[in-house]
Amino acid sequence: MQWETVIGLEIHTQLATKSKIFSGASTAYGAEPNTQACIVDLGFPGVLPVLNERAVDMALKFGVAVGAEIASRSVFARKNYFYPDLPKGYQISQFELPIVGRGSLAIDLEDGSRKVIGITRAHLEEDAGKSLHEDFHGMSGIDLNRTGTPLLEIVSEPDMRSIKEAVTYARKIHQLVVYLGICDGNMQEGSFRIDANLSIRPFGQEAFGTRTELKNINSFRFMERALNFERERQIDLIEGGGKVLQETRLYDADRDETRSMRSKEEADDYRYFPDPDLLPVEIADQRLQSVKLSMPELPDQKRRRFESAYSLSPADALMLTQSRQQADFFEKVVGNGVDAKMAASWVTVELAGALNKVGLELPQSPVTAERLGGLLRRIADNTISGKLAKQVFEAMWNGEGDADQVIEAKGLKQITDSAQIETIIDKIIADNPKQVEQFRAGKEKLLGFFVGQVMKQTQGKANPGRVNRILLGKLKG
Amino acid sequence: MPLDHSDVEKIAHLARMALDESQIDAYAEDLSNILGLVEQLEAADTTDIEPMSHPLHMAQRLRFDEVTEEVRREKNQAVAPSVENGLYLVPKVIE
Repeated sequence: MQWETVIGLEIHTQLATKSKIFSGASTAYGAEPNTQACIVDLGFPGVLPVLNERAVDMALKFGVAVGAEIASRSVFARKNYFYPDLPKGYQISQFELPIVGRGSLAIDLEDGSRKVIGITRAHLEEDAGKSLHEDFHGMSGIDLNRTGTPLLEIVSEPDMRSIKEAVTYARKIHQLVVYLGICDGNMQEGSFRIDANLSIRPFGQEAFGTRTELKNINSFRFMERALNFERERQIDLIEGGGKVLQETRLYDADRDETRSMRSKEEADDYRYFPDPDLLPVEIADQRLQSVKLSMPELPDQKRRRFESAYSLSPADALMLTQSRQQADFFEKVVGNGVDAKMAASWVTVELAGALNKVGLELPQSPVTAERLGGLLRRIADNTISGKLAKQVFEAMWNGEGDADQVIEAKGLKQITDSAQIETIIDKIIADNPKQVEQFRAGKEKLLGFFVGQVMKQTQGKANPGRVNRILLGKLKG
Repeated sequence: MPLDHSDVEKIAHLARMALDESQIDAYAEDLSNILGLVEQLEAADTTDIEPMSHPLHMAQRLRFDEVTEEVRREKNQAVAPSVENGLYLVPKVIE
């Protein structure tokens, strides 16, 4: 039987605020345990939550970016459950009236087509703390620093029909929230966490199959593996005559498997109700307008602009706009008055490759955009050949100065003086009478041999165009 | 909407309340009476009334995003039954 996969995602993004969503405690990552959990986060008696303005604006930014309906009035609700990393016994979330309503995001598929994925909603809520299960004399250790960190939970429609589509959508949401500056996107630190709902159905069937929810996915690679495992598990189960149980399953990266997290009798029953400690959130037009004015250029817009303003290929434009950092870097390089296509290739191939090799990110690049621009200018004005430029790049990477300094110090300046090149060529022709004869007899492949000789004698510094022209003239003449 | 014995057991479990078996039926009756009152309220005609999520006709105030809290771990943890290396210790939670 052919099975179709149906996937919907719930993505938790930690909003990049300085303080918690309902308290003035810091959200900085990596602090000593429990030094950033104040009495509001801890749920001491008598405390009251007060909503963080920036968290609201960040949610609005996301809503605007995905063309969503923004709720002029939204309500916080309590989601009740017991777990040691949830000191209040409830999580403040939004249930019936979320701040961001229906929107959508288009993803690019491998065959070049686009697909629009529906976004059901995005709501504000607080994060829980962390349980550490290392052995504390048979006890668990609880760190509540993360408690109360603002989250925007982005819920998609079950619109994805393959694991690839789901990963593409998740990556695109990741790219978007980082572009918007509302999330640092750091998956290792848990700033961007994916829960996936997956079910299968025979191709052609309209009704959805029973879904399972996979939690604990904190990398795109694991996401693909977890979904693959779960899809196969469901197929085996159904083809073996069994039934998929609606349940939450945890992905274990070490064992590359998913396993059931909660047993049936503990079925989720969160008893949501409006939080009496918080009034409804009203979004004034003015607030929404100022958020709209503060919107940065979004990835898709940037990509289209790169294609038209710089005449880049769709592939180059897509590559360059993967991250805002890279796009900005590219524009700085181009700002040096160099050819955009050349700049695109240097940024996405040479520089990206060099960074990748040593595990650095763009902001830590030893070669700045200005210096890379300076190098490309020297290629454009024929001071150096493209081949030697790589050598100059390496020297710049190793901190040997800017392009002009390296070219000077290493004597890499291209020989464009025709007279000088002619002298060298005359000597080579005189030294290799046999090859000249063969060439003149029709073995034109030998041109490469002569070019090689010239380059060897000039350490690659001769202008290749000129070398070719002069050589052909002399050999044929 | 009367509650039966097992409803009360379930609610008590969700609230992590230990109820004496002998009390459960009495609770079921009390809670059912409360729900009966709610049913009376539901009989009122609310056709043109906008639902409220809060009794006050006010909107939520927002605060600036700034860190205003100091570290008070020791004070906060003074009431905890068990603490080690700055962590609260609780009975093991993983299965």
